[in-house]
Amino acid sequence: MAESPITAKEVFARPPVAPRSGSLVQLTLTRLREVIREPEAVFWTFVFPLLLAAGLAVAFRARPPEVRVVGVLQDAADPEPAASAIAGLAGTEGLVPLPVDSASAATALATGKIDVLVIPGEYGVQYRYDPTRPEARIARLLADGALQRSAGRIDPLGVEDVRVAERGARYIDFFMPGLLGMNLMGSGIWAIGFSIVSARSKKLLKRLVATPMSRAQFLLSFLLSRLVFLVLEVVVLVGVAHYGFGVPLRGPLAVLALITLLGALAFCGLGVLIAARPQTTEGASGLMNLAMLPMWVFSGVFFASSRFPAAIQPFVQALPLTAVNDALRANMLEGAGLGAVAGELAILVAWAAGTFLLALRLFRWR
Amino acid sequence: MTPASPRDAALLVRELRKSFGPTVAVAGLDLEVRTGECFGLLGPNGAGKTTTIEICEGLTAPDAGEVRVLGRTWTDDPDGLRQRLGIALQETQLSEKLTVQETLTLFQSFYHRARPVEDVVALVALGEKRGARVGTLSGGQKQRLAVACALVGDPELLFLDEPTTGLDPQSRRQLWDLVEQFKATGRTVLLTTHYMDEAERLCDRIAIVDHGRVIALGTPRELIASLGAEHILHFVPGDDVPVDMASLSGLSGVRLARQVDGGVELAVRAVHETVPELLAHLERARIPLAELRTHSPTLEDVFVSLTGRQLRDG
Repeated sequence: MAESPITAKEVFARPPVAPRSGSLVQLTLTRLREVIREPEAVFWTFVFPLLLAAGLAVAFRARPPEVRVVGVLQDAADPEPAASAIAGLAGTEGLVPLPVDSASAATALATGKIDVLVIPGEYGVQYRYDPTRPEARIARLLADGALQRSAGRIDPLGVEDVRVAERGARYIDFFMPGLLGMNLMGSGIWAIGFSIVSARSKKLLKRLVATPMSRAQFLLSFLLSRLVFLVLEVVVLVGVAHYGFGVPLRGPLAVLALITLLGALAFCGLGVLIAARPQTTEGASGLMNLAMLPMWVFSGVFFASSRFPAAIQPFVQALPLTAVNDALRANMLEGAGLGAVAGELAILVAWAAGTFLLALRLFRWR
Repeated sequence: MTPASPRDAALLVRELRKSFGPTVAVAGLDLEVRTGECFGLLGPNGAGKTTTIEICEGLTAPDAGEVRVLGRTWTDDPDGLRQRLGIALQETQLSEKLTVQETLTLFQSFYHRARPVEDVVALVALGEKRGARVGTLSGGQKQRLAVACALVGDPELLFLDEPTTGLDPQSRRQLWDLVEQFKATGRTVLLTTHYMDEAERLCDRIAIVDHGRVIALGTPRELIASLGAEHILHFVPGDDVPVDMASLSGLSGVRLARQVDGGVELAVRAVHETVPELLAHLERARIPLAELRTHSPTLEDVFVSLTGRQLRDG
C-alpha cells in the first residue's frame, strides 16, 4: 500500500477538527483492549471461577450422610466386654464400630480416625472424646444411645424421623455468595491495582499526564471497564451456583445486580487507592495482600463473621467484603429486597466514593 | 485569544534550579524562546537538558526560578496550557497492546481542537502500520509515533526531547522536514539534541548547556563564528610520538590547539598560513605525520571547544 501523497505543508495548512470521540470512551476502550489482548489475563479472569466451581462440584457432590466411627477398646486377656459392646453398636444408623487395642487407641483418637473411644468396664462404660469437635459429640450420643438400648433401656416416647433437604441451609448455600464476594474483591483489587502500577512503572502515565487528559476520567475508565467484565463474572458464578448447585435466588435479581455493582465499585476504588503511590508492581502486591487479608479472615467468606467477638464487630461490619457478603446472603438465601440491604449498600457507596476521592488526591502521576 | 506577535516569548525561563538529592541538574538556567522559532538545547549527557525541558512541560516542579509558557505559568491554568502544547518525551512509552490508529485516536480525544488521525499518520509515514500494535513497531517507528502523538493536538508549542535518536537517515530527514513545515506555520519548537547536524539544520537559535547552565547562546552561524577560526586542521602524529601542545599554539594563525581522540586539532584563521609552519615544526621536532585533514568548523567544534576538558583546564 502506498503512502498517501500528502505533504507536511498541506496537513498544517488544514484547519483543526474536533476529536472523533470522547476521551472517557477512548480511555475505557483502551482499558478493555488492554485486557482482551492479554490472553493470560482473560484466561484467569474467566477460567479461574469456572475451575473453582468445578472443584466445588466435586467437594459438594450429593453423597450419603456421613458415618461416625466409634472405637471399642479390646482387652486381649478378656475379649468378652468389647465383643458385647460391638454387638450393641452394630446396626445403628450413622455409626460404625471399630475394635482398637490399647496401643493404637490414643493415636486413633488424636488423629480423628475414630470419633470416640468406648472403654467397656465392669459396671458401665467410659467414653473418651474431644468435646470441642461436633463430630465427636454426635458419635458419643449415638454410641451411648445404642449401648443403653442394647443394655435394656426402653425409650418412653415413640419416634418417627422425616428427612428433608432444605435448600438454603447447606454449607454450599452459605459459601457461594461468599465466593462471589471474594471474587469481586480479588478481581477488582488485583486487576486495577496491577494495571495502574505497571502503567506507572513503564512510564505510560508520564506521557498521558503530559496531555490535557482529565485525570479523574483516567481513573474512572478503570472502573467502567471493570464493570464490563463484572457482568460476565457475576453471570458465570451466579449461574453455576444456581443451576449447578441449586443455591437459591430468592431475592429480586435487580437488587442482586445492584449489590454486585456497588461491591465492585467499592473494590475498584480500593484498588485505585492501593495503586495510588507504589512505583513497582512488587510494592503494590504487598499492599494489596495487606488490604485483602483482613477481609479474607473477617468478612465471612468461609464461615460466618458473627463468630468474631462483639468488641471487633464494628470493624468487621465496616469492611466492604462483609457488607457485600451479608447483602448477597440476605438477598439470595433470605429473599431480601432493597430496603433490607440498604445499610450494606450505604457502606459500599461510602467505600467507593471515599477511596476514589482519596486516590485522586494521593495519586502519583509519574 | 489574540494571535501572538513574533516578538513575544513562547517560553521564558529565569534562574531555574532543580536538584535531585545531592545531584544538581539545573543550576540557574535562563532561556527565552521566541514565538515562531526553532530553539535547540545542545549539551552532553547529564547537562540538564531533559530536566529543563520536563520542567517547561509541567512534568517536573522546579526548586526555584520562573517558567512562563505561552505567557502563563504552570500554576495558572495547567489544563488550558496542556491543550496548546505538543510533547515528545525522550523515551515516550505507549501502550504496546494498542494499534497505531487506536493510540492516536486516544491522544486526539484529549484535545478540544485536533489534527485528523489520518493526517498525522501520513505526516510520520506510518500509513502502512496503522493497524499494527505498538509492541510490534521498530524503535524508529515508535519514535515517529511519539512525534505523531505530540502533533495530534494541533499544538502551538512543540517540545521534542532527542526526537531523532535511533532513527534511520531517511526518517531523520522526514522528521526534519516536518519540523520545518511546522515552524513555517508560525509555531514554535523547543528541541534537545546531541546531533550537531540536526541542531545546525533545524535551529534558528541554540543554547549550549553544560552542568545545568547555558554556557553559549546564539544562531548556529554566530556560535561557529565565535570560534574565531575559518578552518579546523586535524593531524595524526605517526608512531604515537608525543606532541608539545604549547608550541603548536604559538604557530601563526592558530586560535586554539587541543588533543582529541587519535590526534590533534588546531582551529586556524587560514589553512595556507598555518600548514607550512606546522609541517616545518613537525620536521624540526622529528614528529612523523600519519594524517592531515582540514574541514570547515561546525557546531561540533564549538561544542567540543566549550565543554572539552583541555579548554577548561588550560
